[in-house]
Amino acid sequence: MLEEVAVNDTGDLIINVGPQHPSTHGVLHLIITLNGETIKNIDPNLGYIHRSIEKMCESLSYRQFIYVTSRMDYLSSHINNHACALTVEKGLQIEIPERAQYIRVIMDELTRLASHQLWWGAAAMDVGALTPFFHAFREREMINEIMEETCGARLTMNYNVPGGVMADIHPDFQRKTKEFLKFFKTKLPEYDEMVTGNIIFQNRMKNIGLITKEDAISYGCSGPTARASGVSCDIRKIHPYSIYDKVNFTESIQTSCDSYGRYLVRMEEMRQSISIIEQLIDNIPEGDFQAKTKAVIKLPKGEFYSRVETARGELGVYIVSEGGLTPYRIKFRSPGFSNLSALNHMARGQKIGDMVAIMATLDLVIPDIDR
Amino acid sequence: MDVNNKNPNQEPFPGDVHPTASGGIVVTKLDDVINWARSNSLWPLVFGTSCCAIEMMSAASAKYDWSRFGFEVARATPRQADVIIIAGTIVNKMAPVLKRLYDQMPDPKYVIAMGACATSGGPFFYNTYSVVKGADHIIPVDVYVAGCPPRPEALMHALISLQAKIKAGGRPEKMVIEHFYDKATK
Amino acid sequence: MEREALQARISAINAAVTFEEGGEMLNAFVEPAECRDLLQTLHNMDDLAFDYMFCLTCVDWKTHLTMVYHLESTKHRHIVVIKSKLDRENPEIDTMSDIWRTAELLEREVYELFGVRFINHPDLRKLLLSDEWEGWPLRKDYEDPINMIKL
Repeated sequence: MLEEVAVNDTGDLIINVGPQHPSTHGVLHLIITLNGETIKNIDPNLGYIHRSIEKMCESLSYRQFIYVTSRMDYLSSHINNHACALTVEKGLQIEIPERAQYIRVIMDELTRLASHQLWWGAAAMDVGALTPFFHAFREREMINEIMEETCGARLTMNYNVPGGVMADIHPDFQRKTKEFLKFFKTKLPEYDEMVTGNIIFQNRMKNIGLITKEDAISYGCSGPTARASGVSCDIRKIHPYSIYDKVNFTESIQTSCDSYGRYLVRMEEMRQSISIIEQLIDNIPEGDFQAKTKAVIKLPKGEFYSRVETARGELGVYIVSEGGLTPYRIKFRSPGFSNLSALNHMARGQKIGDMVAIMATLDLVIPDIDR
Repeated sequence: MDVNNKNPNQEPFPGDVHPTASGGIVVTKLDDVINWARSNSLWPLVFGTSCCAIEMMSAASAKYDWSRFGFEVARATPRQADVIIIAGTIVNKMAPVLKRLYDQMPDPKYVIAMGACATSGGPFFYNTYSVVKGADHIIPVDVYVAGCPPRPEALMHALISLQAKIKAGGRPEKMVIEHFYDKATK
Repeated sequence: MEREALQARISAINAAVTFEEGGEMLNAFVEPAECRDLLQTLHNMDDLAFDYMFCLTCVDWKTHLTMVYHLESTKHRHIVVIKSKLDRENPEIDTMSDIWRTAELLEREVYELFGVRFINHPDLRKLLLSDEWEGWPLRKDYEDPINMIKL
């Protein structure tokens, strides 16, 4: 960490942004080399929330480690748990009942909506508009209430188990979800009016943070960051898992390669999530919510990898098992890590104020990067 | 100049002098008024490391509004903040940063440790090489909040307890946490 | 490309590559000295076109370390996993950061957690741990009696 503001030989100024700063993204420390107000280099200094999750999971059982992963990318915690449960189920080679799969996908899409709502409020706050934050949290609270009735927790809902879900849905779940969707559909046009069409917002976002399609693939970007550059990378479409091959939705792709494109991709994803939930909410089949598994799970010797699409991009869970009670090695391929590596490329040559706008649309959650 | 440095030629003060943490003021009934004013206008520092920060943001937003209790202005700089709410895990690399932020805050300052991670390491207690097992290894804590993450109502209860602690002025027998729902039913 | 065709194609590039039976994805083992050439060919050839590296990690098998690269092609949508066994006393392998830019930060992470040295890496230094940290935490023989409390 730099102890003082430094000026190097070419007259450039080196400043620290973070680790404690008012953008609500977490503890990220960027060492930025500036020439006047133009950025010459960004060097991320990570590790301020490195909680050694991968080492810790080597001593937890297969049922226990799933819940630590909700704390990794806590805004899409249900999707993280889904990825871990899928990997363990691949190893055990068991069949998940249809009811459990429907419930998992509906919860996934509700989590994605909640995450995008918070992103929208925080992105508007970063560029200076403070009111949308409160609008976003009002809608998010409605989703949190629905989650709390069924799963028992608002933020880190430990609801997935290997084999299905932990408990059946609350009797009010379908009714409340439909009410929420009806309410939220009237709010999305409001969001567009407030922020999307605002000329100041557009000037701050258009032509900022450009990254071409080949660079986005080379940097390993995924999720909305890559889709705004024209890369078709939605895991739900390319390698469908659970029942995503049975639902109708379009992948939202833009070709403008800039921050405004990333913003539009996420707004469109919210609409697609609403459509997915509407297709599924009335057709949840009867049946078991959990497949029968042994109380103590032991995976056979081998390696298992599963990929899901979180709200930020592609999450991969790689388990190497030696046949014991605990995993031998777990690696979490986090979407934020690769998206962050493209930040230096995107922000070079732009002004320091644009860096905040780029970070707002990259939607980074720092514990996801540091694990 | 310390309050205990007595000039031998000076007449004794007409009141009690309590060497409090803030440097000492002459105390009579004025102390109660000052404590009341302090507790109702605490400005928190924007400091959230992980998941508990989202619940802190929920407590700040419209449904569980904490600005009803005076925590309206959340400052980004520690020089203008009174209370630091440690929302999230503290790891070895972050510990000197936290200490530096705490040192930069002007007296009187208060600390709330929110969540299981800040209280004692939380779910990351066993088999981790980089987590500080509790924020009170670094700075002194006034109020601990349990939960992973604690509900916004739990955080509000912690804020109200802190206000009661300040009003009591260091005398534990005077601490009263008013239960607003009790008053409403009477 | 189908799995058998991919296997045949990779054997045609480098006959010393061995394959693992079973598994969900095609696993190939290659010597560390030949790893970079193989990966460069996989990236450049048009019918293979592996332009997306989605995972780079290392596994500690107490007698040796294994580097694991997961590659996918956005054009043809096939996946291959390349593995390379490294010597435990002196683990060294060429960097892939000029072929796939994502490898830059991923290799820094593997360096600080396992101690693998990447030759010709532009900027090999610690990423997640503080600069004074000693030892390679994710290796199986890492002991830290002060910080790690056993379950």
